[in-house]
Amino acid sequence: MDLYAALTVAWRGLLANKMRSILTMLGIIIGVAAVIIMISIGQGASAQVTSRIASMGSNLLMVMPAASFGAVRGAGGQVNSLTLDDARAIGELPLVQNVAPEARSQVTASFGSRTWTTTVNGTTAGLQAIKGWQMTAGAFFSNDDVDRAALVAVLGPTVVANLFPSGFNPIGASITLNNLQFTVIGVLPSQGGGFGGADQDDVIYIPITTAQRRFLGQGVVPNSVRMINVQAQDTTSLTAVQEEITSLLRQRHHLGANQDDDFRIQNMTAVLDTVAAATGSMTLLLAGIAAVSLLVGGIGIMNIMLVSVTERTREIGIRMAVGATRGAILTQFLVEAMILSLVGGLIGVAGGIIGSKVVAMLAKWPTVLNPMAILLAMGFAALVGIFFGYYPARKAANADPIEALRFE
Amino acid sequence: MAHPVIQLKGVTRVYSPGSNQVWALRGINLEINRGEMVAIMGASGSGKSTLMHILGCLDRPSSGQYLFANQDVTRMTPDRLARVRNREIGFIFQSFNLLSHTPAWENVCLPMIYAGIPRPVMIRKAMAMLARVGLKGREEHLPNQLSGGQQQRVAIARALVNEPSIILADEPTGALDTRTSIEIMALLQQLHQEKGLTIVIVTHEPDIAAYCERLVRIRDGQIIEDRPVPEPRLAARELAALPVEED
Repeated sequence: MDLYAALTVAWRGLLANKMRSILTMLGIIIGVAAVIIMISIGQGASAQVTSRIASMGSNLLMVMPAASFGAVRGAGGQVNSLTLDDARAIGELPLVQNVAPEARSQVTASFGSRTWTTTVNGTTAGLQAIKGWQMTAGAFFSNDDVDRAALVAVLGPTVVANLFPSGFNPIGASITLNNLQFTVIGVLPSQGGGFGGADQDDVIYIPITTAQRRFLGQGVVPNSVRMINVQAQDTTSLTAVQEEITSLLRQRHHLGANQDDDFRIQNMTAVLDTVAAATGSMTLLLAGIAAVSLLVGGIGIMNIMLVSVTERTREIGIRMAVGATRGAILTQFLVEAMILSLVGGLIGVAGGIIGSKVVAMLAKWPTVLNPMAILLAMGFAALVGIFFGYYPARKAANADPIEALRFE
Repeated sequence: MAHPVIQLKGVTRVYSPGSNQVWALRGINLEINRGEMVAIMGASGSGKSTLMHILGCLDRPSSGQYLFANQDVTRMTPDRLARVRNREIGFIFQSFNLLSHTPAWENVCLPMIYAGIPRPVMIRKAMAMLARVGLKGREEHLPNQLSGGQQQRVAIARALVNEPSIILADEPTGALDTRTSIEIMALLQQLHQEKGLTIVIVTHEPDIAAYCERLVRIRDGQIIEDRPVPEPRLAARELAALPVEED
């Protein structure tokens, strides 16, 4: 019996009981589709996070305060070891292109009768260059504004949407932040959601000097900043810059040789690696869960094939009587199981592709279709078919023709 | 000159469920020549079904020797036996044993699939064979769309299609009414006479056995009678004498 004959016989067998064949396939269809959708969701998330981090710039460093022995702590337990002067000193370093310290506080902004509670972030003009912002309207404040501690504000799109009537041009408008009058001079471009769903557009930027004087109160350490963004001239000089900053800050903070750093420097590449690893394991987890459903689909095939073999005992007897060898019977049932899993797998791939598009559309979650994942799911489905089809097929092949012919 | 197609020498078949052995066949010696039409008769439990299974290479003797066309079947592997069944033996069963949900022509194709016959040849032969047994125009019918007699004709076509050395019929008319039984016997007699087909019919009905040329009677696993039938009934003639019936 050649392959074509085996396929025809198996195909006929499946057609003879369409409903059962379709239901059996359903398990594989769902399993394969689930694997593909889950992997594309995971990889979509990974791609999104990676590109967002990459867009922040790969030549960026973030200097943050860190606990060290004797460090001064603020009320929230945060460390206030970095100051605006530290930032200025870093800006003097030869390989550094831009520096922007940040200090933030919660404020209530109001315009007319509207109020909105948001984050006010004090920084310097360098932040616009570091973030590469193209302003939606107006301009970012200048270093001159920082020196003068001017009462000017740059708003994120969320703040604009909540503080002004729609269609209103906010540039030049006078808003109050905690009862202090500010002039709106610019609107930021939208940056979308950040990690953990925080809205990066719900923010007001003001000169850091203004923020320190008006909102941060007289902190334990005057001039303290939350972090310092540093942009190196290029990616290659990153390590050199990191070393320069370390020695500069150690010197400025009068740290002895046996004392730990009271700050830490985060490298965006390192962050990228960490995030990639995290999303990678999330993808793996999702795929694992989906693979379980594929396995269940396989057990479904075995279950139905076993029922089918019992139900078709008489057919097996007839086939054996007219000359089917055990091998031919084994092949027939194995091919039936494989057709079920392969056809189911193909439908599942189609379902998975459509499903991941639907997820992308409905949940606004970018999904990335991975050809490897599709191949993997198909291959796994075929393996499942062979593995779970073999036992019932062998049971059929080992039937005694006389007993099988008597079977009612 | 006799050409034995089947030679059984001291064939026994013992079933041993546990310790108590059951002797289904107790030393059968039987020769059937090419071109014979033999009835094997016996009551239920006489061992005739077991004998049929051994003759049909569905089962192997516990002891003794079975030569099929001078080949020793006794020591053949299951796959070799399957090949013998496929090429040399055509089965006809009481309950027809057609594949349900499968059109008549595909049922006839079944033995040819396992003989590895190319599909176009296979379809041509199946159609010709169905015409031969009087089922022209019903090739696409499913078994449940055919009458009992028609189903048995499909089964006969299936049995004949690989041109076997012998037709083994197990109670071929057991599920049919009298008229249809005579029709089926007429068809078998016709095939026997025209093509010299060797036919072995296992039955417990003396009426059916009377259509054969030789009668082998079996009881308690032994042959108790083996004689020629002096004047076999002629089914075709009886059929002509019957009043015409609406089909």
